[in-house]
Amino acid sequence: MAFDSLSAFLAMGGHGAYVWSAWGLTGLLLVGVVVHARAERRALLRDLRRRTRREQRHGASGAAATPVLHQEGHARES
Amino acid sequence: MPLFREPEGAAGVAIRATLKRDLVLMMRRRSEVLNPLVFFALVITLFPIGISPDPELLATIAPGLLWVAALLAALLSLDSLFRSDYDDGSLEQLLLSPQPLPALALAKVAVHWLLTGLPLALMAPLLGIMLSLPAGSYAVLALSLALGSASLSLIGAIGAALTVGLSRGGVLLSLLVLPLYIPVLIFGAGAVQAAILGEGVSAHLAILGALLAVALSLAPWAIAASLRISING
Amino acid sequence: MWAFIHKLGSPKWFYGISARLQPWFWVAATVLIVVGSAWGLAFAPADYQQGNSFRIIYVHVPAAFLAQSIFVSMAVAGFIFMVWKIKIADMAAAMMAPLGAAMTFVALFSGAVWGMPTWGTWWMWDARLTSMLILLFLYFGVIALRGAFSSRDSASRAASVLAMVGVINIPIIKYSVDWWYTLHQPATFSVTSRPAMPVEMWAPLLIMVLGFYCFFIALTLMRIRSEILRRESSKRWVRELAGGVS
Repeated sequence: MAFDSLSAFLAMGGHGAYVWSAWGLTGLLLVGVVVHARAERRALLRDLRRRTRREQRHGASGAAATPVLHQEGHARES
Repeated sequence: MPLFREPEGAAGVAIRATLKRDLVLMMRRRSEVLNPLVFFALVITLFPIGISPDPELLATIAPGLLWVAALLAALLSLDSLFRSDYDDGSLEQLLLSPQPLPALALAKVAVHWLLTGLPLALMAPLLGIMLSLPAGSYAVLALSLALGSASLSLIGAIGAALTVGLSRGGVLLSLLVLPLYIPVLIFGAGAVQAAILGEGVSAHLAILGALLAVALSLAPWAIAASLRISING
Repeated sequence: MWAFIHKLGSPKWFYGISARLQPWFWVAATVLIVVGSAWGLAFAPADYQQGNSFRIIYVHVPAAFLAQSIFVSMAVAGFIFMVWKIKIADMAAAMMAPLGAAMTFVALFSGAVWGMPTWGTWWMWDARLTSMLILLFLYFGVIALRGAFSSRDSASRAASVLAMVGVINIPIIKYSVDWWYTLHQPATFSVTSRPAMPVEMWAPLLIMVLGFYCFFIALTLMRIRSEILRRESSKRWVRELAGGVS
């Protein structure tokens, strides 16, 4: 261990604010990116399920008339 | 046996025709040719007002100011490079032509440089006087701008081609193109600064030349590909 | 070989195989990042000159590596898409761009924060930070260009062209900025001149770099899978997938 105690670890020899803000932002972004990707997937599946159910209700003709999912909007998705 | 055979030198004829057409068109829209020059002069005027009229201070920052202002003026003129042709359908005709599109695109960019970059380069020494640019650097200023603005026209044309079909392509064009301009800026302004310090400028000018060579060999293809994307979109 | 490439062009096949690959990369990423972080933060020795602020290197360097690698990957994917029309390549390019931009921002932020205890200033126009800043603008450009087109095919091709133009410029920009900085560099300080790092310092760095790369692959695989569902939503296999278990 390079530090004697937890408080020494947090203080980082006076550089605590710098180290923890840098690491904090990194952690936040890594977690945030994962959370966003998972939410994206969940929303997509929910949407697909809803559309599949709607088509099953309306029969085969409904499937042909339904436009492809978010073609316009997701040209912007990045 | 082909029914129709391309006359020899058809590409050359097409290139010359494009050159002539663009020259004539731009000379008719004289305000478009003058706009970048006026912008250049106005921006240079803003700096002493915004910073300080002290000649010594201005002299130290003059190379960078002149280069940045010229660069922005060139950027401003890019939007109209393909736009009017796009709007009236002649760009589409150009794409349908059997002649190599990169060559025709190069011709258009050459005209753009002749009527934008070159005038900016020739006007810069006058503005240099207003910024107390030290003696011995005026020729390098004009030369570096002439050489550099050719690269700027080529690189900028890629951005212009990518955004010509977009409704608010203007702002996006700046974002796309300015990062790519930075190497030219560094060596262009660097050349002028070296001239002021009495150091050799040949290295800087050589690198500017190399950048131009790379741009000349790669940009026409990128411009052609981008034009196709914009027309077909 | 060609059968493999042809299969790669099939979103359905990719969806299936990525489902099996993904967990491994998530596990690897988690393990590597946790181990590397603990080692770098608590066990590695403090730097002789910089003290504990030196520990920022364990996020700054991996982020910077990723920022550059992702842009190159994006350009390669764009090239593959333009030449061989493989849709997966375009999906990959689209999905990795935001992470690349985020990593560039992390590199900039951590680099700037690191600069305060080191140089006494929040921002320094040194070669590395300036190059990173330009890279961030390049990322914004590609992302914005892709979003500006209403036709997906045009958006994909335009983004591919811009990514390729950008990647050719990156070494030119780096060289130019390096040259520019050495010319204008303030007197004595040089970030690059430091003695070689002992293994206790660079081992956790290597682990973090590997961890970040695994994270990048895992995340991109996940996002590509979502993008496949989005683009292929009219296909039967997607409907069956959605209609059944998620």
